[in-house]
Amino acid sequence: MSAGNGASAPPVGTVASPLLSLRGLVKHFPLTSGWFGASKGTVRALDGVSFDVARGETLGVVGESGCGKTTLGRTILRLTEPTAGEIRFDGVDIRALKGRELRTMRRRMQMIFQDPYASLNPRMTIGTTVKEGLLIHKIARGAQADHRVRQLLEEVGLRAEYAAQYPHEFSGGQRQRVGIARALAVEPSFIVCDEPVSALDVSVQAQVINLLRDLQQSHALTYLFIAHDLAVIRHMATRVAVMYLGRIVEFANVEDLYREPIMPYTQALLSAIPVPDPKTKRQRIVLAGEVPSAANPPSGCVFHPRCQHPAKDAACSRIVPPLEEKAPAHWAACFKQPPSGVSWESQQQAGATKMPERHLPLVSIRG
Amino acid sequence: MTSPSGIAASEPAASDALIDVQNLRVAFSTPAGLARAVDGVSFSIAPGETVGMVGESGCGKTVTGLSLLRLIEPPGLIDPASRILFEGRDLLRLSEREIRRVRGRRIAMVFQEPMTALNPVFTVGDQIAEVVRVHEGASRRAAWQRAVEMLERVGLSSPAERAKQYPHQLSGGMRQRVLIGMALVMRPALLIADEPTTALDVTVQAQILELLRELQRDFGMAVLLITHDLGVIAETATRVLVMYGGEIVEQASMDELFANAHHPYTQGLLAAMPRVDDTRERLTTIPGTVPPPTAWPSGCRFRDRCPHAWDRTSREHPDLFVVSGSHTSRCFLAQEPERRRAVVAEQTE
Amino acid sequence: MHRATPLSYDVAGAPLDAPAPETWRRTPVAALWRDGGTRAALLLLIALALVAILAPWLAPHDPAAQPDIITLKNQAPSVAHPFGTDPYSRDVLSRMIYGTRVSLSIAILAMLLSTFVGTAYGLTAALGGRFTDAVLMRGVDTLLAIPRILLLLGVVAMWGSLSVPALIVVIGLSGWFAAARLVRTQVLALRERDFVTAARGLGARTSSIAVRHILPHVASPILVAATFGIGAALVIEAGLAYLGFGVPEPQASWGSILREGHDVLVSAWWLSAAPGAALVISVLAVNVIADRLRDIASGRHLPRA
Repeated sequence: MSAGNGASAPPVGTVASPLLSLRGLVKHFPLTSGWFGASKGTVRALDGVSFDVARGETLGVVGESGCGKTTLGRTILRLTEPTAGEIRFDGVDIRALKGRELRTMRRRMQMIFQDPYASLNPRMTIGTTVKEGLLIHKIARGAQADHRVRQLLEEVGLRAEYAAQYPHEFSGGQRQRVGIARALAVEPSFIVCDEPVSALDVSVQAQVINLLRDLQQSHALTYLFIAHDLAVIRHMATRVAVMYLGRIVEFANVEDLYREPIMPYTQALLSAIPVPDPKTKRQRIVLAGEVPSAANPPSGCVFHPRCQHPAKDAACSRIVPPLEEKAPAHWAACFKQPPSGVSWESQQQAGATKMPERHLPLVSIRG
Repeated sequence: MTSPSGIAASEPAASDALIDVQNLRVAFSTPAGLARAVDGVSFSIAPGETVGMVGESGCGKTVTGLSLLRLIEPPGLIDPASRILFEGRDLLRLSEREIRRVRGRRIAMVFQEPMTALNPVFTVGDQIAEVVRVHEGASRRAAWQRAVEMLERVGLSSPAERAKQYPHQLSGGMRQRVLIGMALVMRPALLIADEPTTALDVTVQAQILELLRELQRDFGMAVLLITHDLGVIAETATRVLVMYGGEIVEQASMDELFANAHHPYTQGLLAAMPRVDDTRERLTTIPGTVPPPTAWPSGCRFRDRCPHAWDRTSREHPDLFVVSGSHTSRCFLAQEPERRRAVVAEQTE
Repeated sequence: MHRATPLSYDVAGAPLDAPAPETWRRTPVAALWRDGGTRAALLLLIALALVAILAPWLAPHDPAAQPDIITLKNQAPSVAHPFGTDPYSRDVLSRMIYGTRVSLSIAILAMLLSTFVGTAYGLTAALGGRFTDAVLMRGVDTLLAIPRILLLLGVVAMWGSLSVPALIVVIGLSGWFAAARLVRTQVLALRERDFVTAARGLGARTSSIAVRHILPHVASPILVAATFGIGAALVIEAGLAYLGFGVPEPQASWGSILREGHDVLVSAWWLSAAPGAALVISVLAVNVIADRLRDIASGRHLPRA
C-alpha cells in the first residue's frame, strides 16, 4: 500500500462556517530532465491536505524543510496552482475563479513573506510599494491614496515620512513592517504569514509578533501562520497543524499539542528545541537520519524510518496511518498510538509484532 | 568569597588561557563612514572550555570570530594595538605563512552555510583529505584514509562511499558534519563555530549539537560558539559573553547568567525570546533598534533603549564592572544598583 | 530558517541593492564622467554627434559634387581638401562629415529597433508560460545559429541595394536575438522573486508587473547590451557597404567610402584611412562606455569613504 491516498483522508479540525476550507489539496512538481522534459518522477510537495480555518483564529502550520508548509501557503492563495483538491474561501470555490473575479478575491487574502530583503522591490520607494494595492483595486487614488499610505505606515509602527525612502535604507524588521502594511492596504480578511519572523533578530521578532497580534484584533484578521519555530507558534496560534512530507501528521489546539503531543514526530520536534534554561533537564529525543526527499517518500508511514516509538514494527512500513481523532479535537496519524481504527488484526496481517501502546515520553513542557 | 561588586574588572590573569584576546578593535571603511564593528573586546578561553558568544546582528560577534583567524580583509582593519595571544604568540603579528599554519591546524572554524563553504566540484573526501595534505604533507592515500575515518567520526554512515560523493548529493545536516570533519581532522586546540546550526532544521540541529559535545569531550578541544540563539548556548556552553554595540556587555557562567542576568540588554533578550515552555500572551520587547556601527551612541551604547537610563549614561562610557565573582556587566547599575527602576512588565511597541 | 540579519552594507562596503542616487556624486552619469577614459570616449561621441547634426554647416564642399573629374581625382590631402579627394574628385572630408550622419543614425536607429524587438520578445517568452517560452526560444536559438552577416547578405542579395530606412530595418532586425535571450534570462530569474509574487498576490496584471516591477530591473543589462550593440551595428553597416550593399549613391557612409578606397588602397590611402580610423575610434569609444556602464550596473561606481 503506497502513499497517495491522502487525498481521500477525512478532514480535520472542521468547524461550522469556516473562513477557509481545504479538501484533498495536492501539489505535485514534476521532475524533468533532458531537452523535452522527460519525466523523472514527481516531488509530492502537498499530498492531500484537508482542514478548516475558523474565522478570527490563527492556525499555526509547523514543520521542517521539505514538509510542504510554504507550498501550502502559496497554493491556498493560488500563487502556485494546485494539482488537485478543493479550496473554499468563505464558501466560494477559489479554483474556479478566473480573471477579474480572481483579482477581486485576491483582495481578501494576502501574504506576508519570509525574507524581508527579497519581498520588497528595491527600486520602488516603500510608499509606492504600499500604494500599489490601493491603485490596483481602485480603493483610493492620488492624494487620498498617499494619505492612506501614511496611515498604514503609522499603523505598523513606521513614521509616515519613510514613504519616500527606499528599502535598502531600512533594517529587516522595518522592511517586514512594510510588507505587513502592503498586505493591509487592500483590507484583507485572511493573511498567510509565511515565516514572517524567521529572518529577524530575537528582539525584533518580538516586536513583529506583538504587532501581528495587535493587528489581528484591530482588523479582525484570520491568520494562517507558517513557521518552523515551535516557540513562536506557541505565542501566536490557537490551533496547530504539524506537517511532514506534504501531509498533516498532527492537528490540535495549541495547548493540547504542547502539553501532550501524540505523533512521535511532534514529540521529537518539541524535545529538540534548545531551551534557554540550563536547569531544565529533559529527555532529548534525538532522531536518526534526515528528512527524506519528497520525491521519494518512504512507504507506509512516511516517518517510520526515524520513528522512536517503542511499538514500531514492520506494519509501520506497510500501512499508511490515517489521521485519526485520538482525543477531542486532537488528531494524529499513528496507528500505534491508541485509539486507532486500524485494527490489530490488519496490523498483524501487515507484519506487526508489537501491540500499539500510548507512548508519551515528554513530561509536559512546563507551562 | 565574593569580590566587591561595582569595581571595574581588571584584566583577567590569562597565563593559563589557551587564547587571550586583548583589546580587539576592528573597523571597516564604508560609504557611510567608519564602522567600528568590534570596539575593545577582551576575553580568554581556557583549554577544553566551551564559551558562548551571543548577540544579535550588528553586535560584532562574527567579526570577532573571523579576527581570531585573521580572516579580515580590507576595507576591514584590525587595530595594531589589539593582541591575540595563542600558544605563546600574538596571532596578529605573525607572517602570512605562519598564520596559515595555524588556520585549520591549531584553530579551525565552522561556518553557518554548509553549502557555500564546501567546494561543489570536489568530493567531500577530497576536501577533508586536502586539509591533511596541506598541513602534514601526507600522501594522497594516507590523507584519504584519514578523511574516511573522520567522516565516520562525525557520524556519517558508509563513510567510504560517502567520501566519494559531492556536496550537492548530501543533505544540509550531512554537509555540516563534513564541515565539522574538515575543521577537526587536524585535532585543533580551538574550534570557532559561527552559527553552526542556524541553517539547519530543528531535529538536525539537535543531532549536530550532540555531535559537537561528543567530539569536544573526546578531543579535549576548546570551543567558541557564536550564535544569536540563547537556547543553543544553554545547551552547550559553560561560560557566556553577551555582545552589543561592538563590545562585551556581560560575561558570566551559564547558570549565573540565566539565574541573575544583570545587564538590561541581556534581561531584555531573555524576556523577548518566545519560549516553547512558557505561555505568556505578550512578549516584552526591547524598544528601538540596534544603532549602526558607524554611529555608536556616546556614553553607554544601550542607553537609548534602556529603561533605566539616567544622565550619567549619556556622559560616561561604562567599563566592565564586577557583579559577583567572575560575573561582569558593562553597566553603571553595578555601581548604583538603587537606580534600577521597576520595569513595566508589558511594553507596547 | 533563521538567517542572522545581514548588515545593510556588505563587508566590502558597497550597498547590497543598487540604491537610488542620493547625491550628484553617486549618479551613473557622474560615474561615467569621473573616469578619464570614459570621459574621453563620451566627449568623442558627443563630438561625432555634433558633426553629424551640423553637417551642412561644417562640410566645406558639397559631398556629391564632382568638380573636376580629371585633374582633381585622387588628390592627396591638402589644405583645400584636408582628407584628399576620391576617384570622382569629390572632397573626402565633406563625404566623411555627411557619412558620419548616415553611419551614426543607421547604427543608433538599428540598435533602438533591435533593443525594442528583443526586449518585447524576451519579456513575452519569460512571462508567457512554458509552452510559449519553449516555442519562442527555439526560434531564437535557430536564428542565433546563423552568422549575422550571412543572414544580412541573404536578405540584401534578394533586394539589391537598399535605402537607408531599409538598411536600418534590416540591420536592426538581425540584431535582436541576443537581446531577447538576455532579457528572457533576466526576467525568468526576476519572476521568482518575492516582490513579484507579492505583486501577483495583490492582483496586479501581468502587463502591469512587467512594466512596474520587471523592466526597471532589466533596464541596466539592456542598456549595456544596447550600447555594445551600437558598435556592432556600426561595423555591420560598414561591412555591408564594403561588400557593395550599403547606402545608395551618391550618399556616403563610412563603409561606402571604405569601399571606394579599396581599389586604390596604396595609391590613395587617405580614402581608406579616414573611414577606417573613424570606425575604429568610434567603436572603441562605444565599447569603453558600455564597459563602464556594466560596472555601474553592478554597483561598483559608488564612492568609498
